[in-house]
Amino acid sequence: MSDVIETTAAPTVSIRIPMILRPHVGGASKVEATGATLGALFDDLTSRFPGVAAQVLTVDGTLHKFVNVYVNDDDVRYLGKLDAPIKAGDEVTILPAVAGGSI
Amino acid sequence: MTVFNSVLDLIGNTPIVDVSVLSPNPRVRILAKLEGQNPGGSVKDRIALSMIEQAEKDGRLVPGSILIEPSSGNTGIGLAMVCGQRGYHIKIVLPTNVTPERRQMLEAFGAEIIDSPGSEGSNGAVKLARELAEQHPEWVFLYQYANPANPQAHFESTGPEILVDVPDITHFIAGLGTSGTLIGVGSFLKKMKPDVQIWAVEPPSGEMVDGLRNLDDGYIPPIFTDNNGFELLDRKKVIGPRESLEVTRRMVRECGVFAGISSGAIMAAAIKCAAEIDDGVIVTIVCDAGWKYLSTGAYSDDLDLVTERAKKVIYF
Repeated sequence: MSDVIETTAAPTVSIRIPMILRPHVGGASKVEATGATLGALFDDLTSRFPGVAAQVLTVDGTLHKFVNVYVNDDDVRYLGKLDAPIKAGDEVTILPAVAGGSI
Repeated sequence: MTVFNSVLDLIGNTPIVDVSVLSPNPRVRILAKLEGQNPGGSVKDRIALSMIEQAEKDGRLVPGSILIEPSSGNTGIGLAMVCGQRGYHIKIVLPTNVTPERRQMLEAFGAEIIDSPGSEGSNGAVKLARELAEQHPEWVFLYQYANPANPQAHFESTGPEILVDVPDITHFIAGLGTSGTLIGVGSFLKKMKPDVQIWAVEPPSGEMVDGLRNLDDGYIPPIFTDNNGFELLDRKKVIGPRESLEVTRRMVRECGVFAGISSGAIMAAAIKCAAEIDDGVIVTIVCDAGWKYLSTGAYSDDLDLVTERAKKVIYF
């Protein structure tokens, strides 16, 4: 019985917060959130830390142009964006888009 | 053996070597294009020559011209090499925390170095170069992030070289800096062989950048947006410093390929790709060799120590 609940319940996973967003989550470098999709995770995050969503999402609810969100090491833009599925044990990372790499 | 007139004639036509010993899947081959074989030591020689020749054609560069460009090393070295041969003076905006080898190579090729704050990484170098170029309209700013001659070099040379050597390619994987390699090679391959998958690897530079006040200070290379980069790519992965270093070491020890650390990040993504697909032929770019990173201890020091150091020193 408990197995059924565990497999159908939305997972709780950790989200790594970049330096510039930490003031919006009380300075933490990592927070936990629950949801079966990235969108659901952000909804949960917003309910507790409204400032983060204002930065990461645009007014019409899409991902901010200058933010990259990864589920494990994959950019969610190629995994269905906010519909990207989340499973137990995943780690979500938010990174600002900046000029970098080998130039 | 052919005698070449100039080192500039040695740019391109780099060899590809089989590194499938790194592949976790016996049905997937992994091949590496060794861009460190270019005369200035990196893939950036191609765009340095292409951007300068285009600016000469356009009449923007004339004898005695002064150029300015932001670089974490490789583009600067390539440009300084070409400028030395063509008689131009070049100023390179360089973050203070790149490895000393890169600074010395720039000086060896005759570049003048302008320091940008290390804490702001490449983003800070780009910002400062743009400001200086605006204040000095008499300087020629090739601006690799927005210059069409950057992806064009890869569309015309790197891409065709790959397809000739590896006609059965299924996946192309390269790093994202200016996005020139991915856009140029990716557009060429999709045009000639639409089923080829294009994967990008992003180095984890975000943590290092403390010059950002908010996300609106972010940056996407104009080359990427001008060429529908979001649509061109099939996947994008971020690879952390520790994993990049681990794979860089495996490349040297298991394949004898002495690669720079960004190439380790790209190869790490190729290994993941190989594990995920049923069968295929993956081509990756080895952007440069390891010489310019020896002082970081990346190849021999304790891995935890080197990973920690990556937070302060630009490894790419």
